[in-house]
Amino acid sequence: MATNLVDSTPAMNNLLGSESDSQRTLYDFCTSHYVESIYERTIRFDPWYPYVTGTSVVGIKYKDGILLAADMGGSYGSTLRYKGVERLKPVGKHSIIGASGEISDFQEIMRFLDELILSDNMWDDGNSLGPKEVHNYLTRVMYNRRNKFNPLWNSLVLGGVKNGQKYLGTVSMIGVHYEDNHVTTGFGNHLARPILRDEWHENLTFEEGVKLLEKCMRVLLYRDRSAVNKIQILKITEEGVGTFPPYSLKTYWNFSAFQNPTVGAEGSW
Amino acid sequence: MFRNQYDTDVTTWSPAGRLFQVEYAMEAVKQGSAAIGLRSKTHVVLACVNKASSELSSYQKKIFKADDHIGVAIAGLTADGRVLCRYMRNECINYSYTYESQLPVGRLVVQLADKAQVCTQRSWKRPYGVGLLVGGLDESGAHLFYNCPSGNYFEYQAFAIGSRSQAAKTYLERKFESFMESSRDDLIKDALFALRETLQGEKLTSSTCTISVLGVGEAFHILEQETVQALISEFEIVGEEPPADDTAVPDASSGAGAGAGAGDQGAPADQDVAPMDI
Repeated sequence: MATNLVDSTPAMNNLLGSESDSQRTLYDFCTSHYVESIYERTIRFDPWYPYVTGTSVVGIKYKDGILLAADMGGSYGSTLRYKGVERLKPVGKHSIIGASGEISDFQEIMRFLDELILSDNMWDDGNSLGPKEVHNYLTRVMYNRRNKFNPLWNSLVLGGVKNGQKYLGTVSMIGVHYEDNHVTTGFGNHLARPILRDEWHENLTFEEGVKLLEKCMRVLLYRDRSAVNKIQILKITEEGVGTFPPYSLKTYWNFSAFQNPTVGAEGSW
Repeated sequence: MFRNQYDTDVTTWSPAGRLFQVEYAMEAVKQGSAAIGLRSKTHVVLACVNKASSELSSYQKKIFKADDHIGVAIAGLTADGRVLCRYMRNECINYSYTYESQLPVGRLVVQLADKAQVCTQRSWKRPYGVGLLVGGLDESGAHLFYNCPSGNYFEYQAFAIGSRSQAAKTYLERKFESFMESSRDDLIKDALFALRETLQGEKLTSSTCTISVLGVGEAFHILEQETVQALISEFEIVGEEPPADDTAVPDASSGAGAGAGAGDQGAPADQDVAPMDI
């Protein structure tokens, strides 16, 4: 076996089992079957997949606080099924959240957060959970669910201001988390983040911030097939949460590349 | 054997509306050696008297760290105190795991009080025989709480519990109004003075007391013995001792209280209220 390990590819094949073996493993995993746990309860091993999903969220720090932007589309697979899904919500007094991924899982997360904020308020002692605390709580929830092989199928952005301290962070569905001056989820990581890295600075005014977000959302709208042209922006400052009605971005589709998309794309029709 | 027919279990009321077992537990606090606490806007100081139960033994620790921002001083049954302190440590560590921030002191104190209260309402339990001075720092500043076996809790500027704590309380009542603006070092100084009051003429040395501090930019810690000794010498606390008590080395009350020496360090009890025949 030791020689097999250092041997070339055919030997590796032996170690991993034949082609048909791995096919069967895959098949078994996709068919729901029951495994008896040590607690004599049945745990169902199904792969979970999202049904209705939202696409990217973009969040930035600006001079007075945090701005989040997301569109309102809800995709059913690749069908753009819903166009009025709110994916940006306030959490308590100091935080706002934005979610991409499975919408119903986000609704469950909001139930967790509402309960968390309620029980925090019920102490009625002047203490309250800030964005950092909520972000960390979410990280724990997401990682805990992935450890149960039943992740909440979301990427979340959490922002907020408390005691003059701005906070912006993100959590993935497996619990990966980090803080930054600007964060995005999904396609935004590839399409919006580079723009933000070039153009973001600490002293953005509200207007400049919105303009920067719109630039990001417009690129996403052009290049992300799941994006729809109805976006929402949510702001939080020391004064609290600011909501704005949803609106559409001005678009320009008359680029020559759009008019004749196959030019320069060899092999396409 | 029994003081009256209503004190055999925790949950039975006396016709006068009292729960004797709970009251006895409150008495247990008074039998422990003294612990005091005081605070300013930014700092909390906890201090206690170390008393060995015999010449041959060492003293028991009475000040514990629950977390970087919370410390506890106890009087009463040390064993119960340690159980409660372990609970507090757990709560603190769980909170910081979930939220990556420190548990507000007031909330921990309420949880602790609720835990103590349950013991006053279950026939198969007994109340904790320990009083806790909980000092802590959070978003809203420095706090000092007293948790008692009955499940009650109070917030204080300064407080003392345990045997002969009345003397320390008198000292603190006289001076507490300036504590809010006190510096850290002044708080320690007042803690030493208040502690000396409970000794009733016995000499205050660094080996007979423990001092701990926490505050803004200063995690909870117990001061080194050398540091305490240096402070005692600096404040000349030893020199200010009233000479009248020097001759009365065998304390009159300690002889009388020997039979009821229950508490953690077997400190003399007030005979009129000594509740339990152990």
